[in-house]
Amino acid sequence: MKKTLQRLRKRNYISYISFWIIVFLYFLAILADFIAPYPFNKQFRDYPLCPPTKIHFFDHNKKFHLRPFVYEVKLVNPALNQYEIVKERICPVYFFVKGEKKKILGIFPSTRNLFGTKEGKIFLFGTDMHGRDIFSRILYGARISLSIGIIGVSISFFLGFLIGGISGYFGGKIDNILMRLVEIFMMFPAFYLMLALRAVFPLNLSSFQIYLLIVIILSLIGWAGLARIIRGMVLSIKEEEYVLAAKSLGLSSFRIIFKHIIPNTFSYSITAITLSIPGYILGESTLSLLGLGIQEPYPSWGNMLSVCIGNLRVLSNAPWMLIPGLFIFLTIICFNFLGDGLRDVFDPKNW
Amino acid sequence: MRRYILNRLFQFIPLLIGMTFISFLIIQISPGDYFTQLKMNPEISPETIENMRKLFGLDRPVIIQYFYWLKNIFTFNLGESFSYHVPVSFLIKVRLKNTIALSIFSILLTWIISIPLGIYGAIKDKSFNERVLSFFAYIGISLPSFFIAMLVIFFISKTAILPLGGTTSIFYENASGFEKFIDYLKHLLVPGIILTLSGIGSLYRLMKNNFLEALNSPYIFTACAKGIPTYKIYFKHALRNAINPMITIFGYELSGILSGAGLVEIITGWPGMGRLVLEGVLSFDLYLVMASLLIGGILLIFGNLLADILLALVDPRVRLR
Repeated sequence: MKKTLQRLRKRNYISYISFWIIVFLYFLAILADFIAPYPFNKQFRDYPLCPPTKIHFFDHNKKFHLRPFVYEVKLVNPALNQYEIVKERICPVYFFVKGEKKKILGIFPSTRNLFGTKEGKIFLFGTDMHGRDIFSRILYGARISLSIGIIGVSISFFLGFLIGGISGYFGGKIDNILMRLVEIFMMFPAFYLMLALRAVFPLNLSSFQIYLLIVIILSLIGWAGLARIIRGMVLSIKEEEYVLAAKSLGLSSFRIIFKHIIPNTFSYSITAITLSIPGYILGESTLSLLGLGIQEPYPSWGNMLSVCIGNLRVLSNAPWMLIPGLFIFLTIICFNFLGDGLRDVFDPKNW
Repeated sequence: MRRYILNRLFQFIPLLIGMTFISFLIIQISPGDYFTQLKMNPEISPETIENMRKLFGLDRPVIIQYFYWLKNIFTFNLGESFSYHVPVSFLIKVRLKNTIALSIFSILLTWIISIPLGIYGAIKDKSFNERVLSFFAYIGISLPSFFIAMLVIFFISKTAILPLGGTTSIFYENASGFEKFIDYLKHLLVPGIILTLSGIGSLYRLMKNNFLEALNSPYIFTACAKGIPTYKIYFKHALRNAINPMITIFGYELSGILSGAGLVEIITGWPGMGRLVLEGVLSFDLYLVMASLLIGGILLIFGNLLADILLALVDPRVRLR
């Protein structure tokens, strides 16, 4: 792990940075309770579609404040959601400010937030139509959007290893049948297959059930491509001499596949995993975006964007509603960079 | 050549059967069937429903039901939509036209733009321009298509240079044939551009890599040594070899384009198959969803077949195999 990172840093600095950005995003997601200034479902009814709060060091008299502050804002035109800055009201930003009661990581009870204001409100990315803080919702949404990638890819890979391994090792009829099955799954356009699988289940499920359902749907779509990649790798590895040695020692096929062949595909698999995670994040976002995934009030990056569909007024007046999309983009580009970098590092040509 | 095409056609038959079987399985595992909905309707007597069940073979074992369903599909009887109360095939016919128009438009645009760019990138490899192009290609690959759609819509809502939503303007009915076409094209432009933007990145990268690989081959070296003019080397020797893998990729890309089109249709309000499927899912209209899934799959199969034929046309090695 450490060696790989060092090599990554030397060969491909962008992927090295991407790796740390990804780690940072997961860190934000895990500590969302603590970092987010407000709970994800807290509605500030007086602040619908409030633009992002600017953090200042100089007040309107050009006086410098060491402690950054925000101005209080007031809704002046509720019909157009126009806000005005109240220049007299300066609200300093404090660290470890008291907020709502919650449990950090679900264990440690606490009332402190990483940052916040004592008076006034701080909406780093603005608020949505119900006056909920988008920054906080993005952090909580990251939990769903980022974890689905990891869990989905693990299930897909389990299926992929199982079917690809068996198919590649035994070959012949089994290979033929399994690969036809893979082809059939790959022949459906992913978007249609996703919606069709979603259509089988009722629309109103509990949020946990929906989470599980999304994971299952996405892994059902994703396994086929991975199985094909792994089959290819197994096909080439099975000709190696140590496999022959294992065979002549009388090991069972199962043991040979999973103890000797599959571990040798790991370096390729890690690249493939990294490059396929964006697909899962996109799948979740798409489903949630269309209102078929994670339901309100729970945030996910996808369902936070759903107000932007067919709602030109919101889109043109409150472009900060698009910020969750930037986070999806950032995550995906980082995974892509990291995957490309890993491929470089694991490529024996480059050693 | 003919033998090759026939061969490919035969290979697609088991695939087609498998696809219909999986579509059918998905209907089967979902709770309830076509008639659970009808049972709710007090105007229809239980006897009628029982008779219809017999007619559709729903009282038989699952495997036999499958063959009934298959028979219906081959006669383009895809069942009836619960929510629209019209045959599914009728609904799909209207929408399919729009989806195919959108897909073909964006495929053409994507290829016209990214192939020359890819060649340029490969020739000027590691230059400043190439780096800028590759950077944007990377961003294009990583931007979700729905996010591109939202950005484009945001831009259009600010400038109002192109019509948004639907396929036609209000004056469409009184317009002449040519004006109708132009109007349709104008409406096609927004979803088409969005889909193109989301596809250009990956195609550019593939083309660049293929062309680079071709340029580094020994036969190019030989051609150079023989003093063949550079443009001839690029467009006669390298391009021909670089384009073959692209045609194979075309078949795979099609899946992404159909999926992308579905999503972009929903966001931009283009009445295509994607919107239809979503409406079907939201109103629990199973036959509609399954038929769309099947049609999507069949489109892909034909797309792949087309790619195979094209490949055979340009590559004699494939043709003679």
